Amino acid sequence: MSTDTPDSGPADDADAAGDAESTAEEIDPAEEIDPAELQARIEELEEELSAVKAATDDGEKSMTIIATKGSFDMAYPPLILASTAAAFGWDVVVFHTFWGLDILHEEKSRELKLSAVGNPSMPMPNALAALPGMDSVATKMMKRRIEENGTATVEELIDLSLDTGVDLQACQMTMDLMGYEAEDLHDGVTTDVGAATALEHMADSDVQLLI
Amino acid sequence: MSTDYTVTETLDVKGLNCPMPVVKAKQATDDLDTGEVLEIVATDSGSMSDIDGWAGGTDGVELLEQEERNEDGETLYVHFVRKTQ
Repeated sequence: MSTDTPDSGPADDADAAGDAESTAEEIDPAEEIDPAELQARIEELEEELSAVKAATDDGEKSMTIIATKGSFDMAYPPLILASTAAAFGWDVVVFHTFWGLDILHEEKSRELKLSAVGNPSMPMPNALAALPGMDSVATKMMKRRIEENGTATVEELIDLSLDTGVDLQACQMTMDLMGYEAEDLHDGVTTDVGAATALEHMADSDVQLLI
Repeated sequence: MSTDYTVTETLDVKGLNCPMPVVKAKQATDDLDTGEVLEIVATDSGSMSDIDGWAGGTDGVELLEQEERNEDGETLYVHFVRKTQ
């Protein structure tokens, strides 16, 4: 057996080599692609890729927030995110609709209330929280905490947002519904806009939030 | 603290909280010329992560250094940001 090995070894190798060759020959026809055609296809795909890159990466990020709530606590998240995003150089729109409109209302924005009822963070039972005046108490408590903590007021955040180029928009339909006039709103707020304006910006935005 | 840069302006945001340190830092760097360095002095511990995130995610600014300092029993968070364009 040991004497067979040297003979059969090379023979096997030769067979293996032969197999490999024939396999290669079988594949060859399939690989017969016109190099010019391949080059053209590569160029075509590269062009498409750069077009997609140009369309998606214009270097500037953008964000659209739809602000729908008008309670004191819910005025903060949209304004904080908007002013911070503006600091990043993003193109930011906050579209205020329904109760969110009160954040932009010069008078009402100063009187936004924190709801004591159904608020698990309030240290009082709902039956007590439902008593008249409890929302004012809860709001006063929160405002004091905010002052002590060095957190900005809603008014400061509105001014800051407008100063940093955030586009604060007031839904015209809700304006009409609530009977608000443009002059009731903070200076610099965009009026005469609707859902289509918001959607158009949302479609182009990297970040879209409903708050 | 390394000294391979000179502070051009100092922004005091002591006592202010999120989002003020970042937004005021942005406004202050807008007033700088390219290459100038802004020192931001804050008491908000969140500013360590926020200024880092802001500088990293914003074109034209570069975070050089951050340090925690104790001054009169108060912890200060100090950031050095260079305007790069």
